Amino acid sequence: MENTHAVEFRGISKYFGDVAANDDVDLYLDKGVIMSLLGENGSGKTTLMNMLAGIYFPDSGEILIDGKPVMIRSPKDAFENRIGMIHQHFMLVDVFTAAENIILGIDGAEKLDLKVIADKVREISEKYGFEIDPNKKIYDMSVSEKQTVEIIKVLYRGADILILDEPTAVLTPQETEKLFNVMRAMKADGKSIIIITHKLNEVMEISDVVAVLRKGKHIATVRTNETSEAELTEMMVGKKVELNIYRAEPVDIKPRLTVAGLTCKDGNGVARLDDVGFIAYGGEILGIAGIAGSGQKELLEAVAGLRRIDSGSIIYSPEGKHPEELVGKSPMEIKDAGVALAFVPEDRLGMGLVGGMGMTGNMMLRSWNKSKGFFIDKKAPRELAEQVYDFLEVATPDIEYPVRKLSGGNVQKVLVGREIATSPSVLMSAYAVRGLDINTSYVIYNLMADQKKKGTAVIFVGEDLDVLIDLCDRILVLCGGKVSGIVDARTTTKEEIGLLMTSVGGEENRR
Amino acid sequence: MSFNYIGLIKAAVLNGTPLLFGTSGEILTEKSGNLNLGVEGLMFMGGAFGLCGAFVYDNIAGDSAVGFIAVAIAFICAFLAGVLGSLIFSFLTVTLRANQNVTGLALTIFGTGVGQFVGELMRLKVGGNVSVSNSLKSAFSGAVFPKAMQKIPVLGEILFSYNFFVYIGVVIVVLMWWFMNHTRKGLYLRAVGESPSTADAAGINVTRCRYIATCLGGGISALGGMVHTMTIAGCVWNHNALAGEGWVAVALVIFCLWRPLNAIWGSILFGGLLILYLRLPLAFLPTQIYKIVPYIATAVVLVIVSMRRRREDQPPESLGLNYFREER
Repeated sequence: MENTHAVEFRGISKYFGDVAANDDVDLYLDKGVIMSLLGENGSGKTTLMNMLAGIYFPDSGEILIDGKPVMIRSPKDAFENRIGMIHQHFMLVDVFTAAENIILGIDGAEKLDLKVIADKVREISEKYGFEIDPNKKIYDMSVSEKQTVEIIKVLYRGADILILDEPTAVLTPQETEKLFNVMRAMKADGKSIIIITHKLNEVMEISDVVAVLRKGKHIATVRTNETSEAELTEMMVGKKVELNIYRAEPVDIKPRLTVAGLTCKDGNGVARLDDVGFIAYGGEILGIAGIAGSGQKELLEAVAGLRRIDSGSIIYSPEGKHPEELVGKSPMEIKDAGVALAFVPEDRLGMGLVGGMGMTGNMMLRSWNKSKGFFIDKKAPRELAEQVYDFLEVATPDIEYPVRKLSGGNVQKVLVGREIATSPSVLMSAYAVRGLDINTSYVIYNLMADQKKKGTAVIFVGEDLDVLIDLCDRILVLCGGKVSGIVDARTTTKEEIGLLMTSVGGEENRR
Repeated sequence: MSFNYIGLIKAAVLNGTPLLFGTSGEILTEKSGNLNLGVEGLMFMGGAFGLCGAFVYDNIAGDSAVGFIAVAIAFICAFLAGVLGSLIFSFLTVTLRANQNVTGLALTIFGTGVGQFVGELMRLKVGGNVSVSNSLKSAFSGAVFPKAMQKIPVLGEILFSYNFFVYIGVVIVVLMWWFMNHTRKGLYLRAVGESPSTADAAGINVTRCRYIATCLGGGISALGGMVHTMTIAGCVWNHNALAGEGWVAVALVIFCLWRPLNAIWGSILFGGLLILYLRLPLAFLPTQIYKIVPYIATAVVLVIVSMRRRREDQPPESLGLNYFREER
């Protein structure tokens, strides 16, 4: 038959206010094919997929499934067309079991028989090679298990078209490999898969075709084996980009931060950090790797004085001054001593920025106590805001425009820019590039490298192992709040770090 | 002289029944993610309209009034008043996405006002206390089980001596528990309260679910006001008889950890605390201070409950948050 693609978008447009998230997109996907949807942040990938999944409704254009035009007005309509989406932020109810989550929204007998459901879940798991306990509560699960539940959820509904929104962002390399195997099994079963990702190496590894979006427009669809990473990047960004991180050999390094026996417990008495010890040197970038929630956030917060420390010491040795103990000091004293924290939480506005204020106001949050007198001095922060605006190319109509209304990437630029501007002697950043497009990410990496050259001790918590290996001098791997190893970034491999991230491998590796 | 424990338990149950309705209704509402702080107002409306319905029926039917019909009319009037009040709440919060706390407080003020207005209006019309005839009063407060069962020693008094509403309250709560934990719709309801975006993505109609749960819940809460007026207050409108009941019910929801079955003993406990000063006078404790014991207990309970950390004991995760699908 002619022209029966599994999915076809015809002239799809979607506007949010005056901004076109998708502009006249034509795109198709065949059966049994894995397609990567590639694009910078804000290029409209997720919006486009949300229209297929029934979360948004297109302003114009039509969607065809198996050659027939369909109206997808709600997620329910999407299921009926056998479309299932695995969202970037998991759509799971934490206090429910896996089985309960899986049957949400499916019609059936009014009385629940969870045993039958659990059996069917096991059946699907065996078919595609998942490992899952249907009666386990979601809050007891690891990120990878949660993702598995999401995938089973759509398979349970009989989906033939699966959309995965940045599925590997939160996985270890080993888990990613497992996921890819599952995807290959699904493809062999005749399912069509769309995977949204920024990671070019994964695009090359898993997909058959690549569709590139830029600023809401569909640029091209190419076969993976006929293209290269460089070509894809160029299509994505619209210009040639230098994707190199300049890593200088560290010179004249001195211990700046000596952490020993650091232990922090949370309100339940669970140790979030357990006997953590390391030295961060001035003139060096220390990377911190680990599965999400292994204590990265707690470690930075402890150093910044934001978290109660149960035992241990943090000795800070600034240039030309006597070493001092940071434990027991207030966050303000620590900040004044020159330890800066650019923490980019999952909720970017949650920590560090005030959404309703403009850039100037947010710059002032770091310097309000510097101005003398009763009235605030707006001049210095405004100049700083302008510098950040120019240097990091923040896309805002005005520096007084509320940061809440900026896109995620731009919000992050404001945050990181402000922290770097205090010219700290220790710069800590967590997930500094989370959600940023490739271009801006490299701007930020190079900012970190510049700081290192100035003799700053940079602590960089990252998610992308490739970047950690390229950017850092040494990488500390956390696992369950413990240091499972510190490796030399120049000689290590992704696999080695991946093993260290899971404690069993960590033990073996240290031997 | 030995203290009459059985009498205290009976009084606690009777006094707790309005709370049982108020609490279980609010549990249903909150399980959908709507935090309706208007329970106080709903109970006032239920009390006033319930009495009004029975009163009007009594006047029209005169001597031929049947107790059962009077109860049914009071029941329906109160329930509908609650549904109507919650419909306003749902429209404002679910459809127009107004802040739930503010809307709930407004509903309390509104409902209290409407209730007082209707009550006072009736009082002016009669020129004295609004009340229904004695035969109807006994239909509301009389025991439902036969005398023989009530005569069983101890158990008869504690289990079988109550009016119709006590048992209806327990039945409603048990049904609610079964619905929430053993049916598909119940699972969906909980999903909506925990994570509306998840429920929505799974094809559950969040708006409809919240409307239905809030309106039914509000109706049940309002029944509590009616039960109080028609049993404890003896079918007489009293300006401030219901004051504070709704707030205790809201606190009880937390005390019960959002579990319907807990509402049974929770409401009996608080029903007892509310009247303890009458039954067990303590010479050294001034009555005025004694009377605030339930409110102190409420505060203590809120503190203790908020210290518990088990995930299953937490409020529905999106409680008090409005949901808008296309929010970015």
